[in-house]
Amino acid sequence: MDTPIIQIKGLNLWYGSKQALHDVTLAIAPNQSTALIGPSGCGKSTVLRCLNRMNDLIDHVRTEGTVTLHGHDIFAPDIDVITLRKRVGMVFQKTNPFPKSIFDNVAYGLRLQGIRGESELAGRIESSLRRAALWEEVKDRLRESALQLSGGQQQRLCIARAIAVEPEVLLMDEPCSALDPIATAKIEELIHDLKKDYTIVIVTHNMQQAARVSDRTAFFYLGKLIEYDKTEKIFTNPGNKQTEDYVTGRFG
Amino acid sequence: MFDVAHAGIFPMIFGTVALVLLMTIGVVPVGVITAVYLVEYARETAALTRIIRGAINNLAGVPSIVFGLFGLGFFVQFVGGGLDRVFSGGQFHFGKPAIIWAAATMAVLTLPVVIVATEEALKAVPKGLREASLALGATKLETIWNVVLPQALPGVLTGGILAVSRGAGEVAPIMFTGAAYYLAHLPTKLTDQFMELGYHIFVLSTQSPDVERTKPILFGTVMVLLVLTFLLNLIAIVVRAKMRLRLRQAYA
Repeated sequence: MDTPIIQIKGLNLWYGSKQALHDVTLAIAPNQSTALIGPSGCGKSTVLRCLNRMNDLIDHVRTEGTVTLHGHDIFAPDIDVITLRKRVGMVFQKTNPFPKSIFDNVAYGLRLQGIRGESELAGRIESSLRRAALWEEVKDRLRESALQLSGGQQQRLCIARAIAVEPEVLLMDEPCSALDPIATAKIEELIHDLKKDYTIVIVTHNMQQAARVSDRTAFFYLGKLIEYDKTEKIFTNPGNKQTEDYVTGRFG
Repeated sequence: MFDVAHAGIFPMIFGTVALVLLMTIGVVPVGVITAVYLVEYARETAALTRIIRGAINNLAGVPSIVFGLFGLGFFVQFVGGGLDRVFSGGQFHFGKPAIIWAAATMAVLTLPVVIVATEEALKAVPKGLREASLALGATKLETIWNVVLPQALPGVLTGGILAVSRGAGEVAPIMFTGAAYYLAHLPTKLTDQFMELGYHIFVLSTQSPDVERTKPILFGTVMVLLVLTFLLNLIAIVVRAKMRLRLRQAYA
């Protein structure tokens, strides 16, 4: 593996007194897609939300261990969480476009960074929408409400919004769980393209999806990382009995 | 003494409208900021939060005549009198009943309505929208300003209108703080006294020398006041219904 962009070491996490993650150590390679799989409640989303510190928003969360981005500990007191989140973008399970126009949705993160010029905004919005494979469908109605789009289009809009601010890492928390197969196929295709420019970490419940879109797969169970290897190996020749049972559909 | 034959109802309608407008300008910002603090920043279990919540609940239960006396003591004598001592060398300029003090008293009376309505509206903003904004690198304040408050605006508006309809019907708080028995002129300054529908009804029904001639005038005045408050309530209901419909459509 190349030098990892993200290195998780000995990560423990508690929600109140309940421990959700046990000593997770995981290295994420740049410009690859890494899938986190496992049954509900296994901690895969929690790991994902550590990477851009979204867990900070929840009360009574305590973490131990380190997560480094390019070698810098993101839990360190001198890390600006705002800057971190600009570098580590996120796409959520439930599509969540702002109740604003398509244009304003993609412009949101750019305006936060102080980009106000209409022509510069328009250029960056077009390129983001193109990369999210949405441009052709919405180019004539950028000023209309984003809520009129279909579910799949909304999710691609959320991806466009996330990549507009040029993050290095894109976190995806079950991005297709609310979408139909056609919309899902489009997003999966998009993940393949986006890998060239971004490092992708995707949480998914869908094992076929993990097999299709990821280069490496991590299997979690009860808050522990059970196995982490090349996707091919995890799905064809897993080293662990639990992993095998899960990927073959015997439990979970 | 005013001439019943030639007196009209316009000065009272004017005074009522001016009063509730000034009251709204005072109560909405204070109420919204308080609600934002309580919902977005305060820890639910902290002692200060409990004190503030207790104060709001108590404020909602205080008889309105007590607000009138409070307004006389605090706004007219303490604040107004204080301003006079500092700026006009003891001459009565601020330290007398005036529309601004009546509006301020009414704003304190209606504060709980605005706070509670705004709190509900803030709580109804989907978590996904806040997370989307934060994940794009927005600060908490930017998220509240750009996403949460616009989304909560219809609720804030409802609170404001409920406050107006409550305020338009109250007499006791303004009796000592600014309402006049009779004025030959409309108020032109914030420190002028004013005539008001509710207080005028009180005057007509207790102070009239000719009961038979006053009866139709009293009837008309009551009708105007009832229609006015009814209309304001109707607007509040329509706005609230529209808001709910919009939220349901957006996040079905």
